[in-house]
Amino acid sequence: MFKSLVKWARIKSPWILHMNCGSCNGCDIEILAALIPRLDAERFGVLLKGTPRHADVLVCTGPVTTQMKERLKRVYDQMPEPKFVVVVGQCGSSGGIYKGSYAVEGGIDTVIPVNAYVPGCPPRPDAIADGIIKLLASIKKGGKQ
Amino acid sequence: MGYVKLPIGPQHPALKEPENFTITLDGERVVNVDIRIGYIHRGIEKLMETRTYTQNLYLVERICGICSYAHVYNFTQNVEEILGLQIPKRAEYIRTLFLELERLHSHFLWLGVAGHEIGFDTLFMYTWQDREVVQDLLEMISGNRVNYAMNAIGGVRRDVSQEHRKKVLESMDYLEKRAEFYKNVAINEKTILARAENVGILKPQVALRLTAVGPTARASGISVDIRKDDPYASYLDTPFEVITTDTNDVLGRVVVRVLEIVESIKIIRYLMEHLPEGDILKKAPRKIPEGESISHTEAPRGEDIHYLHSNGTEKPDRYKVRTPTLANLPATAEMLKETYLADVPIIVAAIDPCMGCMDRVLLLKDGQEKPGELISGEQLRRYGIKWYAERGWNA
Repeated sequence: MFKSLVKWARIKSPWILHMNCGSCNGCDIEILAALIPRLDAERFGVLLKGTPRHADVLVCTGPVTTQMKERLKRVYDQMPEPKFVVVVGQCGSSGGIYKGSYAVEGGIDTVIPVNAYVPGCPPRPDAIADGIIKLLASIKKGGKQ
Repeated sequence: MGYVKLPIGPQHPALKEPENFTITLDGERVVNVDIRIGYIHRGIEKLMETRTYTQNLYLVERICGICSYAHVYNFTQNVEEILGLQIPKRAEYIRTLFLELERLHSHFLWLGVAGHEIGFDTLFMYTWQDREVVQDLLEMISGNRVNYAMNAIGGVRRDVSQEHRKKVLESMDYLEKRAEFYKNVAINEKTILARAENVGILKPQVALRLTAVGPTARASGISVDIRKDDPYASYLDTPFEVITTDTNDVLGRVVVRVLEIVESIKIIRYLMEHLPEGDILKKAPRKIPEGESISHTEAPRGEDIHYLHSNGTEKPDRYKVRTPTLANLPATAEMLKETYLADVPIIVAAIDPCMGCMDRVLLLKDGQEKPGELISGEQLRRYGIKWYAERGWNA
């Protein structure tokens, strides 16, 4: 009973933390564009938070530069369980266009576990909103408790 | 009383991108600022040397996701200069259209971010709603909202049709009304005046000494605009004015950008009404002859300089980028001194920082961690070649 209540609350209010791990800003701007009135991701309870301690979903962009690797791990560790990671953009998914560079790890999933990918360079705001909704649907179906 | 050192960043709610400001405080007053950059260094310059010119068109676009077109424009201008290629007039006009549309969306974006930083989120929602109008235009013509992939070496990829022209002109009418509204807001709204007036003072002589560029310099009364000083694309044909204010503060930077929106709308109208007929693309060879070229443009944030050295192959020998944010950072450190801690986010935001553009250096002298070493460009180059050779890639 209590568990299902918590799950319901979690699905209705996924607070997100946005972290730039070396992206070109394209994806970051599109994430913000998903929060403005045209799409209004807030109607799904999506709220942008400033600290990892408040966040349920970590929205990452960028190919993870050598400098940001440790910082990404630290931010991920600070998030309370259960936590979910959504990767936005091609370079966050696989390294994308920066693959092969000396300063790039190549994808968020080389550093922390990832739950959902939103491909595109950059993806449209609707695609980003859709990615988060799909993640919520998979939590609803079961998935990680 | 002793000073307090406050580290802000790299991951911080007030910063949209990873960077670090170590602020020395005397109570609420900022005494000194140490800016540490390099968190988003992706090694783009080195990567460019390993890819062909056509591949580089896409890579150079991704230096920055906001002023992406300014970077591509610089790159193609450099290559075309070495080739001695004169691109068709229509292509020049379409390129200028994109440069200006980009300035529009970037300035709207900035206005929203500035509003957000002073806790005026209504302005953020308003301007971003209007920015979508520009984004729709960009998407309509190029097919993508952010990285347009419009340029090819020798021209542009997509043409502007009659319907596009009509739609652009219609949207400009709407945006002009909105720009008037924002002008009113910037000058009269108490929330903005209280937070922006006499904050982040940058005196003209200091701005000159610290090489401030773009709207930051223009808000200090320095009339620098590459579009006027060294006209490129079709800016020679287009009538427009360089906007300057002499208030030297954050409010001045708001006003300069709002008025530049109005100027950009004028330029776009002119371009759409005088669009010449003709081809949009000239065929260019794959191999670029030996030579070097330097190109600078007025990106939305200021002067953006690209340098290309080619060696007669399909790949560049050396590519160098200096983005406007890097030029504005020393001035930012100066602006932050003797202000209050609460004003730090808006002062930093006022230069419209784009850290993703800027990080060209990785090895830094870092006082806190173990002391790094500074190496010369030549050493870095050798290190890069070795690094790639070890992995079996040809550098």
